[in-house]
Amino acid sequence: MYNFKRQFLSGPYIIWIVGFIVLPILVICYYGITDASGSFTLENIIAISEPIHMKALLLSLKLALVSTLLCLALSYPLAMILNGLHVKHQSFIVFIFVLPMWMNFMLRILAWQLILSNNGILNTVFQALGLPRVSLLNTPAAVVFGMVYDYLPFMILPIYNSMSRIGNDIVDAARDLGCNKFQVFAKIILPLTVSGVLSGIIMVFVPALTSFVISNLLGGGKVLLIGNVIEQEFMQNTNWNMGSGLSIVLMIFVIASMAFMNSHNKEGEGTAVW
Amino acid sequence: MVKKYSSRIYLAIIFLFLYLPIMVLIVLSFNDSKSRVVWGGFTGKWYVSMLQNETIMESFATTLQITLTASILATVIGTLAAIGIQAMRRKGRAILLGATNIPLLNADIVTGISMMLLFVRFTKLGFSTVLIAHLTFDIPYVILNVLPKLNATSKSAYEAALDLGASPLYAFYKIVWPDIRPGVFSGFLMAVTMSLDDFSITYFTKGAGVNTLSTMLYTELRKGIRPEMYALSTLLFLIALALLFIMNYGSSRKNEINN
Repeated sequence: MYNFKRQFLSGPYIIWIVGFIVLPILVICYYGITDASGSFTLENIIAISEPIHMKALLLSLKLALVSTLLCLALSYPLAMILNGLHVKHQSFIVFIFVLPMWMNFMLRILAWQLILSNNGILNTVFQALGLPRVSLLNTPAAVVFGMVYDYLPFMILPIYNSMSRIGNDIVDAARDLGCNKFQVFAKIILPLTVSGVLSGIIMVFVPALTSFVISNLLGGGKVLLIGNVIEQEFMQNTNWNMGSGLSIVLMIFVIASMAFMNSHNKEGEGTAVW
Repeated sequence: MVKKYSSRIYLAIIFLFLYLPIMVLIVLSFNDSKSRVVWGGFTGKWYVSMLQNETIMESFATTLQITLTASILATVIGTLAAIGIQAMRRKGRAILLGATNIPLLNADIVTGISMMLLFVRFTKLGFSTVLIAHLTFDIPYVILNVLPKLNATSKSAYEAALDLGASPLYAFYKIVWPDIRPGVFSGFLMAVTMSLDDFSITYFTKGAGVNTLSTMLYTELRKGIRPEMYALSTLLFLIALALLFIMNYGSSRKNEINN
């Protein structure tokens, strides 16, 4: 489909890429490797090894990992159930999972704050039922809860997409050739949904690793993630060089996790999220 | 039978999990009590005072302006870009698609901060910087929605139209456009969803005095959120629900006619 003239329709976008995608990354890298006076230094990047930063990074990695695994554990059976429903319009399923996003993200997380707080709805219900009170809010568990809630659709949709693409004829053929249910699952369904699972993992792990709002709202300032540290460097300490240096470290982790996932994706093509 | 019921129950639990906070907000929007836990009777007064609240109305207007402007511009730029990308040789296409993935995959906080660092060098942060930032993360969604449709269009029909004397623009409008229209539309919707829901990138690229609903809520958090916000969010949700239902109904009607 090579067409010399038509390529120029991408012109505005190419300018956009250079100006607003590539250039900002160069700028943040520049800030990250210089100090306030503008001379070269690696201190901002090495700063990640300071105990408080290291602790935040490790906690972020841990919570992101737990959230991703929980999302996966919830989504895979869900995708199988949805796929078994034989809904006529696949777009309807997508619609149901995208719809909550039209309600402001901040408000949805605030609603969880109302539900989970010590005198909140959950404890009121628990008390009425004679169950012991739980204090979830302002703990790492509440942050994981918020992450799973917010990122679950990003895991469900790619898995569901890859699953709904598996033709019935393949499954039928396997059955005809004597596979039982578990063999069909292990030899057909699972291998064919790996790429969906991998893109789901990326879509959940990266935002969970870098989030700072959920930990602020549901962690009550007690759960300090690497995103919170970076935000504070910019908004409170106004140490932009340090913030940029830590951002570079964060970017390296994002790239590393994507490279790791890509190397495991044998099909070579990612499943589109939507 | 047991399996069927257990899967139904599982579905119900997940839906409850996803929609519980929304239900809570809707119920609270009708609650005649400032307390968040106690039910003080049914009222519609928050809907009235919402309309009189300047902070809410202003940030709502800003949110709409940014979302709509960014989504429409992103749809135009993104659709043109997709057509251009499709016409490229393999290498150029790979480079552009790689760059398209950057804003999608990079951490929001890093995208926001890096743009802020660039903007403050050249200009003051304000409405336009937020708009540019939104466009930057909206365009990739449009491209990724349009490109697959574009690849599925038949090349020979377009060429036949040209051979029969159609101008390229006319041939595009008559042959290619009907095929890619659903992709353009879903790309636009995706852009609206992302812009409407964004907090992190707006937070870092906005200037003083410019607030979208998300950033307004974040700054007002310490004062506690006002019940009017529940009313606004309920209204927004119902509008979204109605819009999406109409669209779904419309497209399924069309499919029936086509069949």
